[in-house]
Parts: sequence; structure tokens; C-alpha cells
Amino acid sequence: MKKFMKAMMAGALTVAMTMGAAACGTTTPTAAPTEGPTEGPATEAPTEGPAAGDELIKVGIINNDPNESGYRTANDRDMKATFTEENGYEASFYYSLKNEDQIAAAQKFIQDEVDYLLISAAGTSGWDGVLEQAQKAGIKVILFDRTIDADESLYEASIVSDMAKEGQQAVDWLASQNLSEYKIVHIQGVMGSSAQIGRSGALDDKVAKEANWSIVAQQTADWSEETAQQIVQSVIDSGETFNVIYAENDNMAKGAVAALDKANISHGVGKDVIVIGFDCNTWALQELLAGNWNYDGQCNPFQAAYIDDIIKNGATQKVVIMDEKGFDATTITQEDVDNYGI
Amino acid sequence: MSTNEKAISSSNSVKSFFAKIVRNQLFIPIAALLLLIIFNFAADIILHADTSFFKIVLEPSSTGNMVLSGNLITIIDNASELALLAIGMTLVTSASGGQDISVGATIAIAGSTILRIVKGYSPDISGAKFAAVIIGAFLLSVIVSALFGAFNGALVAYFKIQPMVATLILFTAGRSIAAWINNNDNISINDTRFGYFGNFIPGIPVPTPVFITIICIIVIALVLKFTNLRLYSQAVGINASSSRLNGINPKTIKLLSFIILGICVAVCGLIKVSRTSSITYAVIANNIEMDAILAVALGGNNLGGGKFNMTASVLGAYVIQFLTTTLFRMKVSSSAISAYKAIVVILLIIMSSPFIRKWLADRKNRRLAAKAGSNVRKEVA
Repeated sequence: MKKFMKAMMAGALTVAMTMGAAACGTTTPTAAPTEGPTEGPATEAPTEGPAAGDELIKVGIINNDPNESGYRTANDRDMKATFTEENGYEASFYYSLKNEDQIAAAQKFIQDEVDYLLISAAGTSGWDGVLEQAQKAGIKVILFDRTIDADESLYEASIVSDMAKEGQQAVDWLASQNLSEYKIVHIQGVMGSSAQIGRSGALDDKVAKEANWSIVAQQTADWSEETAQQIVQSVIDSGETFNVIYAENDNMAKGAVAALDKANISHGVGKDVIVIGFDCNTWALQELLAGNWNYDGQCNPFQAAYIDDIIKNGATQKVVIMDEKGFDATTITQEDVDNYGI
Repeated sequence: MSTNEKAISSSNSVKSFFAKIVRNQLFIPIAALLLLIIFNFAADIILHADTSFFKIVLEPSSTGNMVLSGNLITIIDNASELALLAIGMTLVTSASGGQDISVGATIAIAGSTILRIVKGYSPDISGAKFAAVIIGAFLLSVIVSALFGAFNGALVAYFKIQPMVATLILFTAGRSIAAWINNNDNISINDTRFGYFGNFIPGIPVPTPVFITIICIIVIALVLKFTNLRLYSQAVGINASSSRLNGINPKTIKLLSFIILGICVAVCGLIKVSRTSSITYAVIANNIEMDAILAVALGGNNLGGGKFNMTASVLGAYVIQFLTTTLFRMKVSSSAISAYKAIVVILLIIMSSPFIRKWLADRKNRRLAAKAGSNVRKEVA
């Protein structure tokens, strides 16, 4: 029994640890809404780069594990595609979901005398020391996707997306549908993640303000489609009616729709239930195109073009908020799916 | 004197009848099930003045088929994966005296394997071809999961590593492996036929996972009835060295139990990815290992190995889903649901702890002793 308890506790500990990792993994996917990398201002630069035989710009890129999420995979691919020798860069990559490993990697990059340090930090604290070292060594730091708790003077720029704006855009779109009554099933991401806070905040504010907006159910599905399906199924089984599904990412929207399909509730353009998702996965945009969903908020993982622009043309502002689109099923085109799907 | 004796014996027989029921392994899961049913019934009457929780309706779904729906159907449907895992987990527990905590991660691997195969086929291939693709994908995932099960089993059987520690490896690495299988793509299958295994087959009003589970339960019941699997795994679990002296190879039995669990995992993987036709590597079947272990414990099985009762474990799985659905219905936050389950685990563990058992046994002995003493005194008088 003792042994068992010990093992149980060890098991619980690891569960807690991996859950933590998974949570920060999924938090990020929501962070980046903008145009595709091709549209970024920086992509023209490559022509002058290596062709002239100039010295390559050395960049050390510290990112989270690309396996963490679809968002991160797209983000990493974008980075690799932008910071190439053809574009005038000599890039080294380091991946970890652990803050302290990332800080150690940053120290190593400083010793290697890179010109730029690009950081998507796993945690917000503990970076001051290493950033000061970088400053002394004359290395410029650019943060992408995630901010950290450090003095602004320690970095050149921070390129982030505004989750609250993403949520606000979706809520504004929903308001523009002019329904006589909004009965919303709100499926949240991992509680406390920046995506959840931003996307929930906008909806909560609106519901508090408007008399004809009400929340039928508000539950976290931890970014999981199965949990979202169970939540919506329990709402349906309890006999409550609703006409909006506000899911804070595409996968949860997909799970919710699976429950609707099972229970014979029509959804999509001109149907009984409006379906809202986030992140702009390619398959989700295809659902929009087919009219099965109504709205998808973009989450842009393509910061590389912005960084490239800052390196080559200098930073104009400390915090760069990327453009974020929202797609309406009635206006989306195949081109949008190809350009913005991740 | 004689009337006295009769009274004692009849009251004893009533007592022993109840004692028998209470001692029966099925008592805990059935009692828990009854408790939940009564609770929901009462909650319905008080809160809604009806019995809507137990209402089952037959109505057409969005695809135009007649389907059954209602809380009870949801419970039986959603408990399928857990019931399948409980089967494998019971055998692993019995033979190895430990639990496999990697089942959630290996479900991710199995599901990812299936999607890897299926995603390559366009939705317009004919029914027969599509069936062949699904069968092929499923068989591959069975092989993959069985191999991962064998990996766990080999660590436990041959390297004598504690099961929970051995399976910790895949628990940690499994989801990354699942992501790697599909290059971490966020996959979604458009073909509605892929959803048949987790939802409904057109024309059949009962969710498919229910049938899959029933088939698996029948198979395992037949295996336990017509082979020596039960005897051997119990023998190995109770005393590995003496079973070896009796000609059973404990290593083979332990390995076999993990392979069987691997096959159960593959079936769960198919149901899981079919439910939503997609996968999120980090959270698919999240924490299901804890529920599966809880199902075995709820079934009154000794988590230290040895004797087991398969029916009780499977019932335990349905109790857990009943609890989950009840909590969802009470609008308990889904992140708090695991806390409620933790309370159940704590109660179970305390109830089965040696300390409480000893205390109960002592109390019973004292009562018997007192009764015997009073009888003796009477006789003397």
C-alpha cells in the first residue's frame, strides 16, 4: 500500500508537470494573427543580402518546441523559411519548453557572439540577467510571440498578437449579426492562458452589457475537442436551447459541432446555431467555406517577416501588435483558405 | 434455550445474507451506481420537478437518421473507451501488481497512426475501398499499440521495473511520438464515413462505440471462460515464484497482459479519433489513465495484483462516466471534475487501507467475542 501510494504520488506529480507543459503549449497557438509571411514587408530584403557577398547576420533563435501545437509548427516553419542564407542570415535554432533551458541557450548564443537574439520565452520571468549580458555584449534582442517581465530598455522590440483584440473582433462580428437574442455556449481554453483571458474577456464584457445576450453554459474544455463535445452534449441533454457556440479554438469548435451533429441541431450559415472558432487552421477555414461554421478568428504565427523588417530597417516602436483578421463564412474565399490556413 | 438459539441463528442468517452482499465485489460499483441514480432522480424532482435526466428520445439527427439520445445514452456511449481500458487494466493489475499510466499517451499514438493512414485517401473513394483503408489503418494501429504494450510489458516482466515507473516513459514521451507520426499536423478528416465508429452508423439508432464495447466484453468473457488466462494471471499476481514452480512463466503472462491492454488501447484510439474526426496530441484522452485505474479500484479489485473481477471493473467504468455526466449536468466546472473524482479515489483508498480493514475486523471480532461471552454466561446460568 505504501509503495502504491508513493507510486500514485509520483504519477500525480508527473501528471501535474506534463499538464503544465501542455498548457503553455496550447496557450501560444492563439498568439499570432496577421497576413501570411509572404506579405510581410521584409521579404524583399533578400535580394541585397548574400548576393553582394556581405557578411551574414548571425541570429540565435530561441523558440518553444515545434511539436507543442500547430501554431508553433507553423511559426517554426516560417522562421526557418525567413532566416536563410539566401536572405542574408546565419541562423541557429534552439527549442525548449523550459524557461531555464532557454536562458542557458541564450547565454551560449551570447558567447557565440550572435548579432541578434530572437526569443519566444517559455516563461515570463528570470530573463533580466541574461538580457543585460546581451546588452553589454552589444547583442540586440527581439522578442516574438510572448512578452517577458523585463525592462523595456533590454530589448529592441516585442512582436505579439493581441488576444483581447481577437476576442473583440469576434464579438463585434457576432453583434453585427443582429440576432434578437443571443444564447451562447461558451467553451473556454486552458484557464489563465493569455488566449483564454483575451478571448473570454471580450465576450464576458458584452454579455454583461447587453440585455439580450446570455450565457447558457460557460466551461473550459482545455483546448480539447472531446471535452468540448461532452460539454455541448450535456447542454443538449439537459434540454436547454442556444443559438451560438463560442469556442476559443478550432479544435473545441470541432468537438462542439460533433455534438450538434449527433443531436440533429443544424449549424452554420443561415442555420440554427452560429459556430465561432479561432486559430484559422486550414481545415477550419474549409468548414467556413462550406458554410458549416460562421466565423474564425485568425491567430498569426508569422512573425518572421516583422522581425526581418526590424533587423534590416530598425524598430519604430517597442511593442508591435500584429494584424489579426477574422473570417466570415459568407465572404471567405478559397484564396483566404490557402493564404491564411495554418 | 432452543428458541434462543433459533432467534440467534435466524438473525445471523439475515446478517450473513447482508454480509455476503456487502462482501461481494460487485457491491461497491452497484451501490455507487444506485447512489448516483437516486441522486439524479432527487435532483431532477427538486430542481426541475420532472425526471428529464432519465428521458431517452428517438429522433432524427442532422444526417436524417433516427438516433437515440438522452443522458443515459450519453453515459453508455462515452463510457465505452473507459470500459475497454478497464478490461486491459484489470489484467495488467492482476498479473503485474501495478498499473499502466501510459494508456492516454498510447491512445494518442494509436489515433495518430490511424489518421496518418486515413488522411491520405480522398473522401470520394468507394465504400468497399474505404472500409479496406479503415481496416488496414486499424490493424496497423493494433500492431503499433501492441508493440508499445510489449515494450511496457518487457520493462516490467524482464527488467523487473515497477509498472508505474516503467510506463512513465511512454506517459512522458507518448504524445510527442503521436505528434511526430503526423509531423505535428492538425488533422481533420472530412469524410463523414470516418465518424461512424465514434458516432452513429446510418440506420442504426444506437451509438457505434456501444457495439464495439459489447463485442470486446464478449470476447474477453469468452477468453476468460475458455482459457487459463484468469487462473494464470491471478497465480502470477499472488505469488510469481510459486506459479513459476508450478510451470507458469510469470514473465510471459505479464508481457501478455500488457499486450492485451495495448490492443484495448488501439480500439479506444479508433473510437476517440472517430468521434470528432480529428486529434489534438497534447490533450486527446487526457487523464484517462487515472479514470481507468479508478475503474479497477471501484470494482473492488486489489491494486496490488492477484484476484480480480472483470465485471466489477467494467461496471466501475460506467460508474465513473455516470459521475462525470452528472457533474457536467450540475454545471460543475470541467476543470473541477477531476477534483470530485479525487475525492472518490481518496475514499476508496482509505476504505481499502490495511488500517481501516484491521479496525473493521477488530470490531467484528470484539462483537463476536462479546456475543459468545454472553451466550456462555447464559448457558452457565
